[in-house]
Amino acid sequence: MNAIPTRRSEPSRPVLEVENLRVSYGSAQRPIHVVNDVSFSVRPGEALGIVGESGCGKSQTMLAVLRLLSGSGRITAGRARFEGQDLAALSARQMRRIRGHGLALISQDALSALNPSMRIGAQMAEPLVRYDGMSRGDARKRCIELLEMVGIPGAATRLAAYPHELSGGMRQRVLIAMAISGNPKLLIADEPTTALDVTIQAQILRLIDRLRRELGMALVLITHDLGVVAGVSDTIAVMYAGRVVETAETDRLFETPRHPYTRALLDSIPKLDAPADRRLQPIAGLPPDPLRPLSGCPFHPRCSHAEPRCTDGLPALEAKEPGSGHLIRCVIDPWRAAAAGGRTSGLTGASRP
Amino acid sequence: MTTTRNAMPQAGDEGIVVDGLKVQFPIRSGVFRRQTGIVRAVDGVSFDIPAGTTVGLVGESGSGKTTTGRALLGLAPVSGGGVRIFGESQAELAARPGALPRTCQLVFQDPFASLNPRMTVGAALSEVLAVHGLAGREERARRVQTLLDGVGLRPEMADRHPVELSGGQRQRVAIARALAVEPRFIVLDEVVSALDVSIQGQILNLLIDLQRERGLTYLFITHDLGVVRYVSQRIVVMYGGKVMETAPRDRLFSVPHHPYTHALLSAVPLPDPKAERARARLDVRSEPPDPAAPPPGCRFQRSCPFATDLCRSEEPPLRPVAADHLAACHHMERPEVRQALTTATQGVSA
Ligand SMILES: Nc1ncnc2c1ncn2[C@@H]1O[C@H](COP(=O)(O)OP(=O)(O)OP(=O)(O)O)[C@@H](O)[C@H]1O
Ligand SMILES: Nc1ncnc2c1ncn2[C@@H]1O[C@H](COP(=O)(O)OP(=O)(O)OP(=O)(O)O)[C@@H](O)[C@H]1O
Ligand code: SF4
Ligand SMILES: [Mg+2]
Ligand SMILES: [Mg+2]
Repeated sequence: MNAIPTRRSEPSRPVLEVENLRVSYGSAQRPIHVVNDVSFSVRPGEALGIVGESGCGKSQTMLAVLRLLSGSGRITAGRARFEGQDLAALSARQMRRIRGHGLALISQDALSALNPSMRIGAQMAEPLVRYDGMSRGDARKRCIELLEMVGIPGAATRLAAYPHELSGGMRQRVLIAMAISGNPKLLIADEPTTALDVTIQAQILRLIDRLRRELGMALVLITHDLGVVAGVSDTIAVMYAGRVVETAETDRLFETPRHPYTRALLDSIPKLDAPADRRLQPIAGLPPDPLRPLSGCPFHPRCSHAEPRCTDGLPALEAKEPGSGHLIRCVIDPWRAAAAGGRTSGLTGASRP
Repeated sequence: MTTTRNAMPQAGDEGIVVDGLKVQFPIRSGVFRRQTGIVRAVDGVSFDIPAGTTVGLVGESGSGKTTTGRALLGLAPVSGGGVRIFGESQAELAARPGALPRTCQLVFQDPFASLNPRMTVGAALSEVLAVHGLAGREERARRVQTLLDGVGLRPEMADRHPVELSGGQRQRVAIARALAVEPRFIVLDEVVSALDVSIQGQILNLLIDLQRERGLTYLFITHDLGVVRYVSQRIVVMYGGKVMETAPRDRLFSVPHHPYTHALLSAVPLPDPKAERARARLDVRSEPPDPAAPPPGCRFQRSCPFATDLCRSEEPPLRPVAADHLAACHHMERPEVRQALTTATQGVSA
């Protein structure tokens, strides 16, 4: 099993373990796999970052864990365990309880997750009253406290507001407040700050980080912003076309990125510390369509290091140096020598061998 | 193509001049939607965009960036100040039918919302050409192909509908549509914010190439400082409807003077975990002023760690700190402020 290694060495039991997960749509005869053979685990207080281009399966992975797949979407292989319990084996009612409590989600389409015709206070208080048995008065106090925690000024007066009366950034913060209201053991945050500007984004990320340290909450952070995961996560999984293509501890991944896709992603961002006049190097082409899966490495048509053997079969996700915890899915491994000989300057301009 | 319209700008050509621009919206409430106040969305904004260059407009959500961009194109109710566009006042341009939209175009964040889902890409582009009387019926198909080619799209894309395109392709179509009228000035409002980093790069490179080829002038609105640094020659920082600081790009990133600019720079997440942990931040709690009732004095006072009584009573004017570099802060020269701000941006500026 290719579980993602974790930074902390104490043997606490993982909050969430995902093993060889596959998510498929379509009929049983002609399934379309949108997530394939994905494995990772997260321990209490730990943060895992999942990055990758749009459509690579980040959200589908976590929606499958939460049993929130829509339409014909289903888990067709592998499993997900929350505190040792197989999530697929739970009744709908048990699952709802876990979602309200242990496992919280800030979903990507957060802004449509609020009920437009219900006041903020009432939406926030409902689960507190229902699941925690709080009185209305206590729930109200807790809501004010939560809104203050996420940095909404004038919290007490905002409880009476309808969602459309708040700016986009404020609505996002209300959802974060709701997600943490049940002191979850694991918070899954799917692009929680994409709609926000940088000062508010920094504030939210610090808040999530603080909760993680203070409450021992584990975190799975899904984002396409490599800057955001660099600051927040202990470990990173890079996904491409439904699969994990590289995973390592955060520092190691940024210091010696090994998969050509990870390198290409890092090269394509306009960085604040790169020469301003350097031309950006976007990744040419598009990711493969899940309807027409490619044979061999799914990145080969866009990869500047591809060789004929890249199309032979799917490369395995493996540690090229045993025990390093740095797994990559590439048969060529172009930076093998650089990684063995010490550090490469992974961030400013990939060194093409 | 008419050569006169697209003549490359010469040094010293007047570009866009924004002078004391004000935009106000009424606040209405209650069943009868009575006006109960006004929002000063843009409150006395001035800056220049030299012809053929890009000014990046950054600032907090709600600071008035979009409204400024719309006002430049005559799409927001201007209640004070003025705009000159390549040497003519906006009013003069607006008085000549079609002149304003043919000179200035706008591209939005969400290309999906701005494209008609029922029209093919080719039909949408030909419609623009027809409306502006830019090409006869026979010539249109050919012009559509040229436009698609100009933004790096294959000819067969003309037959596709917006749903059949990726986000990056849709944004290219939106840019092609803006280019169809051969404008000289384009307001780009968060055009790459919704795109993947890989596709973002393609669009940014495309915009820069188009600018070099055609001498276009851009106002580039975004909240991403990495992006703005990459595309702009000058940067304008807004907060609460006002300009807080404006400087050439490299100066703004290396010696920013306004505490809000610092707060912005130190909030950008760096894609480098060590640098990210090592950096000192200027922590501000974001508490933007209520645009309907801004406090007297500096708009940034409630979030500013250096605010004094002076900041709470007197509005700091936008004043020069160096050649071509203006900022609006009472205390920006004080040694302790400079000191704190210098550490806050370490590791960010090149
Ligand atoms: N209901 C559905 N039916 C069929 N395919 C779907 C469905 N929902 C998602 N998919 C497909 O699953 C794949 C993975 O989608 P997913 O939403 O997980 O991507 P993502 O990595 O979260 O991307 P983004 O960054 O855009 O949110 C995509 O190819 C998508 O088209
Ligand atoms: N049509 C309108 N009617 C009333 N108020 C408006 C209108 N358009 C904008 N505003 C207000 O004007 C202010 C500035 O809004 P604007 O959209 O220009 O901000 P922005 O800087 O573009 O923010 P963002 O980064 O969130 O896009 C806000 O307080 C907004 O609520
Ligand atoms: S004028 Fe005062 S409140 Fe405003 S930024 Fe300067 S020090 Fe801060
Ligand atoms: Mg997603
Ligand atoms: Mg805007």
